[in-house]
Formats: sequence, structure tokens, C-alpha cells
Amino acid sequence: MAIESQDLLLKVEGLQKRFGEQSVLAGASLTVPRGSLVAVLGRSGAGKSVFLKCLADVIEPDAGEIWFDGRLLARGDAGVRQHFRSRCSFLFQSNALFDSLTALENVALPLEQTMDLQAGEVRERSLEALKQLELEAFWDRYPGQMSGGMQKRLALARAIVTRPELVLFDEPTAGLDPVRRNAVFTMIAKYQRQFGFTALIVTHDVPEALVAADRVALLDTGRMVFQGSPGEFIASEEAMVIQFRDSEKELSKMLASIRRGETIQTEDT
Amino acid sequence: MVRAVGRYTLEIVQSLGDLALFVGRSFRMAVGSRKLGRRVVRAMFEQGARCLPVILIVGLFTGLVLGLQGYYVLNRFGSESLLGTLVSLSIVRELGPVLAALMLVGQAGSALAAELGIQRNTEQIAALETMGVSSHAYLVAPRLIAALMVFPMQTALFCCVGLWGGSLSGSLLLGLEPGIYWSAVERAVELVDVRECMTKAVTFGFLTMTLCAYHGFNAHRCRSGTGARGVSASTTRAVVQSSIIVLAADYVITSFLI
Repeated sequence: MAIESQDLLLKVEGLQKRFGEQSVLAGASLTVPRGSLVAVLGRSGAGKSVFLKCLADVIEPDAGEIWFDGRLLARGDAGVRQHFRSRCSFLFQSNALFDSLTALENVALPLEQTMDLQAGEVRERSLEALKQLELEAFWDRYPGQMSGGMQKRLALARAIVTRPELVLFDEPTAGLDPVRRNAVFTMIAKYQRQFGFTALIVTHDVPEALVAADRVALLDTGRMVFQGSPGEFIASEEAMVIQFRDSEKELSKMLASIRRGETIQTEDT
Repeated sequence: MVRAVGRYTLEIVQSLGDLALFVGRSFRMAVGSRKLGRRVVRAMFEQGARCLPVILIVGLFTGLVLGLQGYYVLNRFGSESLLGTLVSLSIVRELGPVLAALMLVGQAGSALAAELGIQRNTEQIAALETMGVSSHAYLVAPRLIAALMVFPMQTALFCCVGLWGGSLSGSLLLGLEPGIYWSAVERAVELVDVRECMTKAVTFGFLTMTLCAYHGFNAHRCRSGTGARGVSASTTRAVVQSSIIVLAADYVITSFLI
């Protein structure tokens, strides 16, 4: 289904990134409609996090164009990039919370440092964000005194407190058990609808992404080999999509072969 | 051999250029940075109040031992009355700024390098950048500005405690008249000595905290390893290089001001 260009919040074209001899991104392109939740899937080491960090300006891409709300984010144009940063938040895989600051101070930091607000308003908005994420009772706790799930919610509170239009999530469920994985995806989908931001999630959790996302993309060998709705992903005959989507069936087949005593070939991850 | 020397020289030049850019960027980005004053005060507390005990203890024992050694040397020539001169000029011109700087490097400098290194490893610095907050202005500049104020204050304190330690050693333990000691101090120390002392303190503070911040901030680029090993290596390098630069800068400043 074609997307009207005015409905696009983010458009990435031909993003390239090399680390020495290793090419991580080889012309990755992606479109993100305004107000949608887009999941970028891919195997471990496929370059998903690098792709996201290029978008967030943490890593500088070697080539390619990033368009945000119809404006090209040109390298060297500090004004445009600053404008982009003020409307975009990034949720790190590790949460990247400031361990020497309390929960309230963590949430207040982007408000204090990037907006012209009075101290009272900063506190009020920070407490409001904590309340929305059900953390208001823990405002004076340090991140180290919180559970993993609470830290994730605190990181999300910090990401949404500036009321961004785009939130980038870098593997928000990495290392979590299935129950917590579901909880995190539910949380993201709930708050994405509640606050109306556009979400771009990088993950390798296929079932959760297919349920939560409006659109799905698959990154492999540095390129997007698929982009479409979850329904289109399920129906796709693309070889890499089939391999990724039907990984459980593949696993069953391989285990059956092992039980039968057959020799199987494994692929290096 | 020639190629290795050339490569090594180029690396040094490149590092110096990188360091200069790091400092320049920190001060440039600090202009207009929000709540800078509050962060400078916090950095002054970390470098000042927390390092106070070590400054007082080392200052006191430096004065005590200088008084003891000086008394017995001067006693051979019947010049015990010059103990105040010996202690005051040694401390104010050399030992005060150098030892205070080394103590501050050991405590505040190593803490700064390790803290920034951990913040780099846990992506806290990257998080600041994605928020549109300059990590140079937020994390580095307050520490450098604080060092320009804290080092002279700590050095002055070190010198005062050192002089008192010398007096304690000379008069209380060895029987020299306190009035003789303090009048010798008053006669010996001139404004030019104090100026030399403060010049050294400011220079050492700027150089050492810059080096510590630079190594911590760039812990991820450390060749010795990444993660905890990288933080450890960058902290060690920061402390070693800062200690060397204190002694080298001391020689250069002394040779110009003497």
C-alpha cells in the first residue's frame, strides 16, 4: 500500500556505514508514516542498532539521506540537526540512565537542559511523566535501586517528557523473558497510542513485533529486504522473510533431524 | 625504525590536536549552557570539599618533616632562626603547588576520569547527545572551570597548613621560638612568591583536569581494551600523564619566573 509523502515523518534513503573493512549498512532505506509504530526486524549483528544510531545522530553514516518531516538532515547543518533532536527521543538498549541522578532528576534533565522552563514547571512535568509511567512513588530512587522493568519505564518517561514526535527504541526487550517481553511491547504500544508519538522499534522478537507494530521492515546484510504491514509480512514469499518468520518450524525440522541421527549443517551466527 | 618514530610523532601531534579541540569545544559549548553555575558549584564541591582531608593531612606532614629536616641542617651552621625562611620558600614556591596538585590528581582527577569512562561505557554520554545536550558543556566544562578556582584555593590551604606544620615541628618539638619562625616567614615570602604559587596552581589545575577529562571521555577509544579494562587503562593513563605534566610544567614555570 503506497504512503502519501505528507504522511511520512521519517524517510531514510540509501544509508551506508562501514567499520573498517566491514560493511554494516549497505544502502538501507525505510519510510516511517506519522503516528505509526514501525518495527525493524533482523538477525543479531544485522546492523539494526547501527541503523537506529545513525538516525539518532549517535553514529555518523558514510552515505545516505535522512528526511525528517520533509526536511533533509544534512550533515554539517547544526540548526536542522538540533531541531530534529528536539523532536526525537532515543531509548537505549541499556536504558542509559544517569546512575548518579534520582528518577526525578533523570526525567527533568532534558527539560532543564533543552527548554526554557521555570523550575516549578520542570518539576511538574517530570512528576507528571513519572505518574503516567506509574513511577511517581519512586521519584527519589536512583536507577540502581530499581528493577529492570522500572528502569525501562523510567527511560521511557525520560524519552517522552519532552513530548517528542518520534521515539526510537533500540532492542527494548533484549535479554528479557517472554512475559516481560510482552509487558514491554504492551507498554510501548499503549503509550504510543496514548501520547501519539511515532515509534520506530528495532528488535528480533518476531511474534511481539507482528502484534504490536503497524508496519514491519526486515534488515539483512545491510539492506531492508522487506517493508510492509504485518499481514504482508506473514504472507510474504521472500526467502529471508520466510527464514525469519518460520524460524520455529526450521528449529523443529533440525531437531527432528538430530533425533534421527542425521548430520545437519549449522550457520554461524 | 624511522617509520616507527615518524608514526609515533604523528600520533603525538594528532593527540595534542585532539586534546586542543576537546578543550576548545568544552569552553565553546559552555557558553549559554543552562544551569552551568549549579554544575560548577557541584564540581567545586567534588574537587574541593571531598579532597580537603587529604590536602590538610599531606600539607601538615610536609610542613612537619620539612621543619624537622630543616632544623637539623640549619642547626649545624647555627642558623636555626632561618627555619621559617626555608620552610616558607620551599612550600610556597615548590612543594605547595606541586604536592597539592598531585593529591588532587590522585583523588579528584582519577575520580573524574573513571566517572566519565563509565558514563561513556554505559551510553550516558551518547544519551545526552541524543537529547540535544552537549556532553562537553554538561560534563566537562564545569569540571575545568571548577579546577581553575579549586586548585589555587587548595594550594593556598596546603601552604598555610604546611607553614603551621613547620612551626609545630620547629617550635613545639624542637624548641625554636615561634616568633622567630613566623617573623622569618613574613620576611621571606614576598608577593612575587605568592604569584608564582598561584600561577602554578591554576596551570596545574587546568592541565591535569583537562587530561583526566579527556582520557575518561575517550575511554571507548582506549587501545588497551574496552569496558572495565578500558576505564581502568584510561584512568591510569590520566593519573600518570597528569602527574608527569605537573612536574614538567613546574620546571618550565619555575625557569621562567625565577
